[in-house]
Amino acid sequence: MKVLFCISNVPDTTTKVKFVNESKKLDVSGIQWVINPWDELALTRALELKDDAANGIQSVTVAHVGTVGAEPTIRKALAIGADDAIRVNTEADDAYTIAAQLAEAVRSEQFGIIMCGIESSDHNGSTVGGMLAEFLGCPSVTGVSSVKIEGGIPVIVREIDGGKEVLTVSAPFVAIVQKGIAKEPRIAAMRGIMMARTKPIKVIEPAACESLTEVVDYEMPKARAACKYVDAENAGKLIALLQNEAKVF
Amino acid sequence: MSVLVFLENWDGRFKKLSFELVSYASKVADMLYSPVIALSFGQVDASELEKLATYGASKVISVENDLLGTFDEQAFAGLIAGVAQNTDAKVLVLANNNAGKALAPRLSVRLKAGVASGVSKLPVSTEPFVVYKKVYSGKAFANILIKTDIKILTLAQNSFELVESPKPFVCEKSAAGPDGSLIKTQVKEVQIQSGKILLTDADIVVSGGRGMKSPENWAPLVELAGLLGAATACSRPVSDEGWRSHDEHTGQTGKIIAPNLYFAIGISGATQHLAGISSSKFIVAINTDKDAPIFEAAQYGIIGDALKVLPKLVEAVKEMKSK
Ligand SMILES: Cc1cc2nc3c(=O)[nH]c(=O)nc-3n(C[C@H](O)[C@H](O)[C@H](O)COP(=O)(O)OP(=O)(O)OC[C@H]3O[C@@H](n4cnc5c(N)ncnc54)[C@H](O)[C@@H]3O)c2cc1C
Repeated sequence: MKVLFCISNVPDTTTKVKFVNESKKLDVSGIQWVINPWDELALTRALELKDDAANGIQSVTVAHVGTVGAEPTIRKALAIGADDAIRVNTEADDAYTIAAQLAEAVRSEQFGIIMCGIESSDHNGSTVGGMLAEFLGCPSVTGVSSVKIEGGIPVIVREIDGGKEVLTVSAPFVAIVQKGIAKEPRIAAMRGIMMARTKPIKVIEPAACESLTEVVDYEMPKARAACKYVDAENAGKLIALLQNEAKVF
Repeated sequence: MSVLVFLENWDGRFKKLSFELVSYASKVADMLYSPVIALSFGQVDASELEKLATYGASKVISVENDLLGTFDEQAFAGLIAGVAQNTDAKVLVLANNNAGKALAPRLSVRLKAGVASGVSKLPVSTEPFVVYKKVYSGKAFANILIKTDIKILTLAQNSFELVESPKPFVCEKSAAGPDGSLIKTQVKEVQIQSGKILLTDADIVVSGGRGMKSPENWAPLVELAGLLGAATACSRPVSDEGWRSHDEHTGQTGKIIAPNLYFAIGISGATQHLAGISSSKFIVAINTDKDAPIFEAAQYGIIGDALKVLPKLVEAVKEMKSK
């Protein structure tokens, strides 16, 4: 079985975001781009599955929709251990166009397990994975905290409100992964970084596709009122303030 | 034309989130001069369904079918899309929880409808259709234009006030199930934790970080939460260390919550932590370091040792409750 995981190229999570062009565009100056945290964990789990020969995973492929500027992030995934990469060469528009492009690019490739992160840390959409599954006409499982293969059958844990479900699903399917899928993201070793230089990135030209949404502009959060301090010795006073001023109880 | 709101139930019951969804859908419907249709899957008693009318649903469609016993995302989306077409839905409203995150994107492709996820406010305008939503994990907001005829919105939990706007209770029962050939998932086992207030549902959350020093120190924090009817939470290192269970982890890579009140106790306020809690209405920070970034996000703060402050808070809450 071949595994695919889709990555979003996002600003490092500590980035202080700023906008330019009348607040219509992210100011990319000085930003360090990274693999979206969830996608990095998906990659880690895919590699763990491949490490155990009993799982019969032939290869782990990374896919990304974006311009050549994203190649360092793709190379990072290759350095961590992905075998090869697919890049659809177009500016990522909205989630719908990203999913549509991914679907076109991978439809004929017979991936058994496709992994996407539950959310991209830029637009917080939580939509690409489900859209991709619908474009491909295959099942999806959302909120996945574990993927195993038992006797050739994928066994999934799905997080639900207040609990979890263990389920089986027939391949091909899209697993939309969240906390628990892997412990710590794997990091690239020197050997991996050397090897990544020669691993193939297949570049595909985009299919015709129109976005369904667009960003009109961005706004910064409204400044919160300054913090009101209560003296530690009289900490109990806080409860009175919460009751009478904030009126939360 | 209609606004269609999709509702899950928990053992045949709705919860506050369900009524937030109907309240929200009903306000959106007012903007479009159209009725709200509530769509409920699975067995729910009439008395429970009737509550949806209280929050503004003009009609409730209640679908009961054995095939709905398993949440198969593809099959559910197919069934919802059919109802959306039959009711000429122009806006679909779902929760921004795992079920909504599973269904909204599939519906988007089926109906060719643009999605805005995690909205917390009414649309800025309906012609053109623009919604305001959090981006970059709360570090900014964006106005999103949805260009399609049908729009899909997922609503962030605890972000929209309940509004009653009672309508006569009209209920249409349906037995139409999903397309069985689409069902490709099989649930083998369900594990539900009962008796615990869900972090995502809680109005008040008491959360501890590495500043709590060791797992043995949690007793007063848990006591405070118990007294306040609050859920307990923690920062990532705390769950990574195994001091607290993983389902308490809040933040960028944990749960994203929006309670009325969030206590951050011994939590520094790293940007990845704030990503999960910045939508809280009030944040209380308790920290020994006066320069900890959590104080910038907080409305109330105590500079001091959590282990000394917590017992004082417990006493004060007991006193408040005894009055
Ligand atoms: C990709 C990525 C994703 C991440 N996702 C998350 C996430 O989802 N959630 C999350 O929480 N973190 C996340 N992190 C980690 C985050 O960067 C911080 O490391 C983490 O939030 C710090 O946890 P903390 O505040 O408990 O600990 P610390 O940063 O160690 O802070 C402890 C605080 O306790 C205070 N303190 C010490 N002693 C006392 C005392 N006796 N009384 C009161 N205060 C005291 C200290 O002054 C300090 O401010 C992520 C990091 C990365 C890189």
